[in-house]
Amino acid sequence: MNSRVSRSPRPLLGSAVICALAAAAFLPATVQAQSGSIPRLADGHPDINGIWQALGNAHWDIEPHTARAALAMQPGPVVPVPRHEIVAFGAVGSVPSGNGIVVGGEIPYLPAALTMRNENRENWLDRDPEIKCYLPGVPRANYMPYPFQVFQSESKVFFVYEYAGAVRDIYLVDPGPAQVDTWMGQSVGRWDGDVFVVEAAGFNGSAWLDRSGNHFSASLKVTERYTMTGPDHMLYEATLEDPNTFSRPWTISLPLYRHVAENARLGQFKCVEFVEELMYGHLRKNPVGR
Amino acid sequence: MVTCARTPLADRRVFEVQRFGPLMLFAAASMLAVTPSAMEAQQTNERWVMPRTADGHPDLQGSWSNATMTPLVRPPGVGAVLTPDQVAALEGGQQDFIREQLADSDPDRGLPPVGGEFTGNFLFDAGGGAVGGYNFFYIDGGDDIAVFNGEARSSLIVDPPDGRRPPLSEEGRRRTGERFASQRQFGAYDNPENRPLEERCIMSFGSNGGPPMLPNYFYNNNYTIVQTADYVMIMTEMVHDTRIIRLGTPDPLPAHIRPWLGDSWGRWQGDTLVVETTNIHPEQNLAGYPPAAFKPSENIKVTERFTRADEHTINYEFTVDDPSMLSGPFSGELPFKALDGLVYEYACHEGNYALTNVLMGARAQEREGVSNQPDTR
Repeated sequence: MNSRVSRSPRPLLGSAVICALAAAAFLPATVQAQSGSIPRLADGHPDINGIWQALGNAHWDIEPHTARAALAMQPGPVVPVPRHEIVAFGAVGSVPSGNGIVVGGEIPYLPAALTMRNENRENWLDRDPEIKCYLPGVPRANYMPYPFQVFQSESKVFFVYEYAGAVRDIYLVDPGPAQVDTWMGQSVGRWDGDVFVVEAAGFNGSAWLDRSGNHFSASLKVTERYTMTGPDHMLYEATLEDPNTFSRPWTISLPLYRHVAENARLGQFKCVEFVEELMYGHLRKNPVGR
Repeated sequence: MVTCARTPLADRRVFEVQRFGPLMLFAAASMLAVTPSAMEAQQTNERWVMPRTADGHPDLQGSWSNATMTPLVRPPGVGAVLTPDQVAALEGGQQDFIREQLADSDPDRGLPPVGGEFTGNFLFDAGGGAVGGYNFFYIDGGDDIAVFNGEARSSLIVDPPDGRRPPLSEEGRRRTGERFASQRQFGAYDNPENRPLEERCIMSFGSNGGPPMLPNYFYNNNYTIVQTADYVMIMTEMVHDTRIIRLGTPDPLPAHIRPWLGDSWGRWQGDTLVVETTNIHPEQNLAGYPPAAFKPSENIKVTERFTRADEHTINYEFTVDDPSMLSGPFSGELPFKALDGLVYEYACHEGNYALTNVLMGARAQEREGVSNQPDTR
């Protein structure tokens, strides 16, 4: 019943391998050439249906970075130490290193925007929208450490994100400029050959790009390119233009991986209720001891 | 026939309670002036051909609204099917009210009375309309009666035949009693968890997200459906909740995993999509508002049927069966009408100043020694 699942790789027993090899030997050359090629819908477009997730550490910091003790630090007697709010996390609160996903390595900030990024970083606990379970924005939603599911038919493309239950209806007919500014923006998609191109704008400028204070304004325009590079892999590229924040357009590039487990399904991470103590705990009649 | 029968129509405020309160709107139906029928039986475009997806199933995709004036539960003294005159009076009354509310404010009007100017429209007043809160720029609760298979319905519930949710079972009463006892340990404003799900931006009010997916009689009753060979995805505008309905033989979640909108599995039965849902979150509001609302048990099962009826309509049928809570199952029917417009982002939590202010206000009242508990007179 589930065509996505039927493509899932499974451990092959010896006899199954032999059968597969034997069968392959009798397949027409054209079919063999297509093995490993990308799935397609009946309309011929690549079939990007499925549950996808980025691997790696871009969600901590999209620029290349070394591991560090924590995102929020304070001066220590010898070297900076993690802020008291997160000391209890120990190594769980530490930041793993990452190669970054910014093409060229560095975000071309305008001077004032770079200053703001650094201030954001200093004030991460207060400012990162993820901490309050706010909607993630684009492109951050695509490389958070949660999967998202693409629903694609001949007439509709819709993304559902596990994190905060965020959604994007990718309009295949352009409704014109966004009528309201939103966290997730308005997305318009089209096929450029085998590449699904999405132009997203109409942002409210409140979302971030990662946990390291990288940011943008409401003028952001994102051009995304989703390219299947195999049955279970997509190359995700996004070009960000925002003359209020960046000196030139710049691009991120990373692979997305399909969840291939037979029972893969998007979980529910409705984190609004998880952050009530953080956001409203001080307003309880009897605040919980801290 | 109804309690308002002795109420002088000249008493505008009481009259409007009868005329506009969505949960009791039918009470006044038969006493309103008889006007020429404004509603004709639903006409189906004879040339309409069922749209189908590439795999041959009916195409349910697009954006839809289930906003309607028809309440879930049938008011007493009203038949299951309304007459054209009743429909005209009810719809006309609501539309007049909306028109009145949309008019420019009179800049020379005097001060409103202390506590606000109550119209009697329950949800309008509850939404702050009486004190200048939500007006009909925001409110879009539906201004027409639900027509299903050509019948103007007085309630969404059609079975039991009295249009009412069956009473709680003995076990259901026990469980509900325990829940209330647990809640009574706290004041209404003591903690965020003591506030309703919709105020906390966790769920829509009126159980828009479902299942069953019911109108909230207030606003944002919109849905987007996307359909693939393996899934039907239904996004509810309010709080952007999605139901990811898997098609095929159910492989249900373990009993202890209970997502807010449950675990849904679908199958095509001819041209009807049949969806069965279990494992609904124990705190989810089933069946909207009182008197029908209840909290689902671990044995809840909701069955829904989606059938394209015409170019503009999906016929939506549901059956709720919770043997641990209810003395019997109940079923309902309502149309989902094609939405001519975009569904916008419903970022509730991100702008939830209300919950902060509600709690902060309660703490301030406590400091001043003022009672802040709801008036239960």
